[in-house]
Amino acid sequence: MTIHLKYWKQDGPDAQGYFEEKTLDTVNEHMSFLEMLDVLNEELQLEGKDPVEFDYDCREGICGSCNLVINGQAHGPNAKTACCQLHMRTYNDGDHITIEPPRAAAFPVIKDLVVDRSGFDRIIEAGGYVSVKTGSAQEANSTPIEKHSSDMAFDYATCIGCGACVAACPNASASLFTGAKIAHLNKMPQGEVERYDRVVAMVDQMKEEGFGDCSNYGECEAVCPQGISISAIAEMRRDYVKAMFS
Amino acid sequence: MKLDGKIPEGPLEQKWSLHKKNMKLVAPNNRRKYEVIIVGTGLAGGAAAASLAEMGYKVKSFCIQDSARRAHSIAAQGGINAAKNYPNDGDSVWRLFYDTIKGGDYRSREANVYRLAEVANNIIDQAVAQGVPFAREYSGLLANRSFGGAQVSRTFYARGQTGQQLLLGAYQAMMRQVQEGGVEYFPRHEMLEVVIIDGKARGIITRDLVSGEIVRHEADAVVLATGGYGNVFYLSTNAKNSNVTAAWRAHKKGALFANPCYVQVHPTCIPVSGDYQSKLTLMSESLRNDGRVWVPRKKGDDRHPNDIPDEERYYYLEERYPSFGNLVPRDVASRNAKLVCDEGLGVGETGLAVYLDFRDAIKRDGLDTISAKYGNLFDMYHNIAGENPYKQPMKIYPAVHYTMGGLWVDYNLMTNVPGLFATGEANFSDHGANRLGASALMQGLSDGYFVLPATIGNYLADEEIGKRYGTDHAEFEKAAGEAQAQIDKLLSIKGKRTIVDFHRTLGKIVWDNIGIARNAEDLKKAIKEIQELREEFWTNVYVPGEKNNYNKYLEFAGRVADFFELAELMAKDALDREESCGCHLREEYQSEEGEAIRNDEDFSYVAAWEYQGVNGELKEQLHKENLEFEFVELKQRSYK
Ligand SMILES: Cc1cc2nc3c(=O)[nH]c(=O)nc-3n(C[C@H](O)[C@H](O)[C@H](O)COP(=O)(O)OP(=O)(O)OC[C@H]3O[C@@H](n4cnc5c(N)ncnc54)[C@H](O)[C@@H]3O)c2cc1C
Ligand code: FES
Repeated sequence: MTIHLKYWKQDGPDAQGYFEEKTLDTVNEHMSFLEMLDVLNEELQLEGKDPVEFDYDCREGICGSCNLVINGQAHGPNAKTACCQLHMRTYNDGDHITIEPPRAAAFPVIKDLVVDRSGFDRIIEAGGYVSVKTGSAQEANSTPIEKHSSDMAFDYATCIGCGACVAACPNASASLFTGAKIAHLNKMPQGEVERYDRVVAMVDQMKEEGFGDCSNYGECEAVCPQGISISAIAEMRRDYVKAMFS
Repeated sequence: MKLDGKIPEGPLEQKWSLHKKNMKLVAPNNRRKYEVIIVGTGLAGGAAAASLAEMGYKVKSFCIQDSARRAHSIAAQGGINAAKNYPNDGDSVWRLFYDTIKGGDYRSREANVYRLAEVANNIIDQAVAQGVPFAREYSGLLANRSFGGAQVSRTFYARGQTGQQLLLGAYQAMMRQVQEGGVEYFPRHEMLEVVIIDGKARGIITRDLVSGEIVRHEADAVVLATGGYGNVFYLSTNAKNSNVTAAWRAHKKGALFANPCYVQVHPTCIPVSGDYQSKLTLMSESLRNDGRVWVPRKKGDDRHPNDIPDEERYYYLEERYPSFGNLVPRDVASRNAKLVCDEGLGVGETGLAVYLDFRDAIKRDGLDTISAKYGNLFDMYHNIAGENPYKQPMKIYPAVHYTMGGLWVDYNLMTNVPGLFATGEANFSDHGANRLGASALMQGLSDGYFVLPATIGNYLADEEIGKRYGTDHAEFEKAAGEAQAQIDKLLSIKGKRTIVDFHRTLGKIVWDNIGIARNAEDLKKAIKEIQELREEFWTNVYVPGEKNNYNKYLEFAGRVADFFELAELMAKDALDREESCGCHLREEYQSEEGEAIRNDEDFSYVAAWEYQGVNGELKEQLHKENLEFEFVELKQRSYK
């Protein structure tokens, strides 16, 4: 099939960005979206042009490297699907597709569609862990954890850190990402000890990175490739308030 | 060169504890005066960075991705083994050890494998303490399942995302140390050279993948936790950035590369659909618990699979291996899939696929039961292949999955270059000629949390505190110059073929000749083809862009250059090993029924190769570490 592409080019964080266009005639419905971009890049190179840069690694929807905004939607049109898992059979012959990087002040562009998401690392650094040293753990089965809580913890822990939530949020908030880690650890007794210190440290770091506030738009939940529930944010806010006033 | 595995004395069960007792320690107040470079942030590297920093060492951690959390370990699905024996089904450290060494077809060291089995229980404790949400029973206690044909249930799992959850645990522990100042963190940095001064590893050269800058880092020891080399095949289940560069560049500086021909091919992957294919996706092998594997009996039968009656279906695993049936080990399942496709019975557009059919399981257990067990896998298949596996059989085909070979290390995980360590999939140490399911996560974390933190102290204790040569030392100068020169060379060729084109062509040679089955004639032919293609690569590759900017294709070009050399070594190693063992099937050495025949008399050794230069041909010298078996009896595997 034929696909008309329009994609963002930008040489560096301070350079002026612009759109470039190209039509591909050799798109196959079984290709993944990123394979379609591989084909674009092969063609560009054979024409002696620079390829367009984009981030990826696993191509299985689990590493969180890919984070394209496709026709205005983070990860494209399919629910609970990272763009590396999106297949061209979703599109029709002759479609026009616009590809942009996630746009947020806290995610400066490195090149083309590649952005700097190191703010996410610093949010985890601030408190997204249990402070247990290697070797000091007790026997794994000495603390039973209700299956339901543990399953819920998993649902939050499944976040892949791609940043689609930030890209989709009109405020460019990282609340779903931050809330997911907080809610994961809250659901486990291991996370309980540092619960309130954690929430304050992580939320403060999120603000410091320049991510916006949450106004309950709910766009983050809608685009999350792992389908993480926005209830994580409510939990984070509740704990933050408690921590502040206790 | 005499290879000394440095295996401690004593009974098998006590070797590790005696060794720990005898090793030298670094005093806590001195630890912060030692710097350790750890390349890689997967399970092996992330766990080591966290643990060493907690002990007080100064750690510098490097990875290619934009965050440590994205290392390839994140993709592991099925689970991690440990002999906790919670299900009370007769498991023990000994049994886990025995299964692992037997699974490896007796081509690994007893002492290493025993230690792995012994340490595994601590990993589960550690991960649970970090808040890893493993699957649990209604009692609130940890759940286990049987995996990869094991007769006991010893696999711990977090739905189909065990690697992700374990890696996030290690990553978070590491990030805590970044905040506390124990770990200096360098994401988007690729190691290009090791720096060796006076015979010891003293640092590395990296490229900052954002600015393109070549950077020098000095330390007291260097750890390579850089993963496996499956991407030499171009198509594999590995992440796109997985590579051999760190290990290979260390090899070129003197580190021995062991058993490069041992590559595991996983039987249940989604088949290749076209030329544009960039990677292959694994479907968990748990599917074989309920799915039945078959092909049409008649060549070229192009009826819809649902229209082919039972008597015209060839359930080849069930017929050939009546006692194990569809649950034969990975290598046996893979080999048989290839055989039936070679006979022309394969299905799908390419003829390189077999059916994995759930029709009978759904009839027997009901749709709901099957969906509860495999729902997410079925959805994944549906999404990628565009066919509904509830309604028609899946198509599957084997794909390269894991590399057992890697840098040669002794019992302390140190290569033959003093001060240079290798952990996780990057070393060769624990899986022999074939790795059992759920044991790579176990090995990575065992190396990272428990083994390396103990053994590295033993090395550092003898190193002069605070000794620094300075990064303007001639060896740093030279290594940085080499790294830069290769980049300049690659960019200057401006040829006609793209990097992907070369890589894909190389991968096809490797897959066809050094893949599931090998023979001397094909291996010799492959060596020639690899050499010719490599020659062409260096004169006709097109590398776009600039060196002082983010440039993914430039990164790939350097990695493909290393794959070209590794591929030749794999062929040489496969040619040298005139036996069949584990995943290495030499067609000349099999029984009439097509079963692998090991030759313990002549080949019970680790093949450790020493680099001697490339000049049209790759020159390598073979060193042998003989494997001694004191505690287990060697048997031919049989799954009939
Ligand atoms: C799809 C899939 C499923 C799997 N499922 C299971 C399973 O269920 N159970 C199991 O036990 N095993 C499984 N495995 C195997 C297992 O996941 C891997 O063997 C293991 O995770 C490897 O861990 P590692 O830490 O050694 O390396 P990796 O996780 O590969 O990490 C390598 C690290 O090194 C870095 N690196 C590499 N080269 C350089 C360089 N030159 N410079 C700087 N950094 C570099 C990378 O950035 C990365 O951080 C699976 C593998 C695959 C592909
Ligand atoms: S590339 Fe890993 S999630 Fe898309």
